[in-house]
Amino acid sequence: MVAGNGKAKETVIEARGVTVGFGERLILNGVDLDVYRGEILGFVGGSGAGKSVLMRTIIGLLPKRGGKISVFGQDMDIAGDAERQAVERRWGVLFQQGALFSSLTVKENLQFPLREYLRLSQRLMDELALAKLEMVGLDASVLDKIPSELSGGMTKRVALARALALDPDIVFLDEPTSGLDPIGAGDFDTLIATLQRTLGLTVYMVTHDLDSLHTVCDRIAVLAEGKIIAAGNMDAMLASEHPWLKAYFRGKRSRAGHVAEAAAQARLAPQR
Amino acid sequence: MANALLIDTTEGETLRLAGAGAWTSTNAQPLEQEIDAAARRHAAAKQVAIDMGAVERLDTFGAWLLERLVRAFEGHGATTEIVGLKQDYRALIDELRQVKLEGPTRAPVNPVVAALAAVGRNIAGVGDTLVAVLNMLGAICVAFGRVIAHPRRFRFTSLVHQLDNVGWKGVPIILLITFLVGAIISQQGIFHFRKFGADIYVVDMIGILVLRELGVLIVCIMVAGRSGSAYTAELGAMKMREEVDALRTMGFDPVEVLVLPRILALIIGVPILTFLGSLAALYGGGLVAWLYGGIDPDIFLQRLKEAIDVKTFEVGMIKAPFMALVVGVVACVEGMKVKGSSESLGLQTTASVVESIFLVIVLDGFFAIFFASIGM
Repeated sequence: MVAGNGKAKETVIEARGVTVGFGERLILNGVDLDVYRGEILGFVGGSGAGKSVLMRTIIGLLPKRGGKISVFGQDMDIAGDAERQAVERRWGVLFQQGALFSSLTVKENLQFPLREYLRLSQRLMDELALAKLEMVGLDASVLDKIPSELSGGMTKRVALARALALDPDIVFLDEPTSGLDPIGAGDFDTLIATLQRTLGLTVYMVTHDLDSLHTVCDRIAVLAEGKIIAAGNMDAMLASEHPWLKAYFRGKRSRAGHVAEAAAQARLAPQR
Repeated sequence: MANALLIDTTEGETLRLAGAGAWTSTNAQPLEQEIDAAARRHAAAKQVAIDMGAVERLDTFGAWLLERLVRAFEGHGATTEIVGLKQDYRALIDELRQVKLEGPTRAPVNPVVAALAAVGRNIAGVGDTLVAVLNMLGAICVAFGRVIAHPRRFRFTSLVHQLDNVGWKGVPIILLITFLVGAIISQQGIFHFRKFGADIYVVDMIGILVLRELGVLIVCIMVAGRSGSAYTAELGAMKMREEVDALRTMGFDPVEVLVLPRILALIIGVPILTFLGSLAALYGGGLVAWLYGGIDPDIFLQRLKEAIDVKTFEVGMIKAPFMALVVGVVACVEGMKVKGSSESLGLQTTASVVESIFLVIVLDGFFAIFFASIGM
């Protein structure tokens, strides 16, 4: 696959024919997906289509019935404990509800992965925890709070900071902007874009937020009926005639819908 | 560390520091030492140039340490300049530039004062728990009154479900434990009474002990550990996930919906379990008396009839619902006290079991005084 700038891109996640089901029901039926280094991939699909299931399958929380998943070229099925841990050390996950450890303070939450994987001085860990916190737009006043004292937006930011604690190559974000006000969601998008630029991250983002898809995503993959029905940039999504894509990207709630409407009217106006 | 990550050379007035290798998380520990050493060694430097051209990779860890080095020199009033930094890393360095380290400093706490404060808080906590128990008891009475006035509001399905959990599913383990306790008392009694030739009085001891005290106590301790802890954990998890608040906003009283059926299930279930448990203990005692002590079942029963009367049985059974109430109320109070963290759920569950067992035993003492004074 060749990216927009003409440079051949390195694949960091490669999923082939991934099939996942619960009981009788097949949620994913042969999903093929590539994620390239350095891109922000927006992942969309209807509620219950299996977006989170695919993410959880890739990160190894759900068993799959068939198919192959490679992360950083490592086939996760044949990876031993050490190889799996080496891969896990290189990704960070932001869960939908934050999944902060509720009995640890914010600082301890941020330092937990550092403490487990690296041998650092306490001073450096304290400084790094604060640095990460400031990178996600918070300050030292939240360091000693426990997660139940944080607001929804703060929880997401702290969880993102924890996901970034080990400077991962990939971050998985499960609906990062859900439950945030539009200003907060916009800030969060900017933050993710900034971090992606500064840290050279690859971002895998499950989202329903059309504004996020417009502003930060390089590429969008669409999951429906257990398969990836489309993958490409926003223009490709807008140009698609697939009924679900049309409803999603050009529906009443989409900005594209408004823009397209306005453009259509502008085009009509001079002709009159 | 084989390769130096930071090499220093002096050119006249200017100190030149050249970074090398990978400035990443895995090298963060040696890098930190080298950086701090360099900053100490050249504390007098006035002009510093840091050459990052030879650094292969840089992540937040390395970038932060570079920032720390720059800040150390600037703290001494030196001018610093970073050269040869790859364009990709410029944004990261700029980002870390913004980080302000000074957080709000907290005044150091005197450990003696802190220890005394903890003791004080714990003692005040006991008072708070007593008030909360009384409060819950009141709320249960109000909810019970409301349900009596409007019987259709009572959650009968919930009661049956709880009764199944507390009573029916608890029967096997309660029977087993009380059977074993009865057997052990019987064996010990026979072993020691035999010295005085008073084997037969073992029957009196088992009958009175089991029916008046042990049956109900063991059942209540088991129920506190089995069902009380479950109540606390259930209500606590519901509290954590705001389910209790959701009920309240829909206009339901959580005490009426959640607590009342659970408490009633205990008040109905525990006497039944006590009855079954007492029978099992007598059976176990009788069996051991026969097999180990050589007391025939006929003689055992004969002697039991003479030793106990209905009053002995009543004393145990009267206590059961009150103890059930104590276990249930404590469990629900502790459940409602759970806050946001999983740790608090664990603490409250522990507190629930410990407090309810303690209170059951205290209550048993009060009952002993009460029954003695009315001559039962």
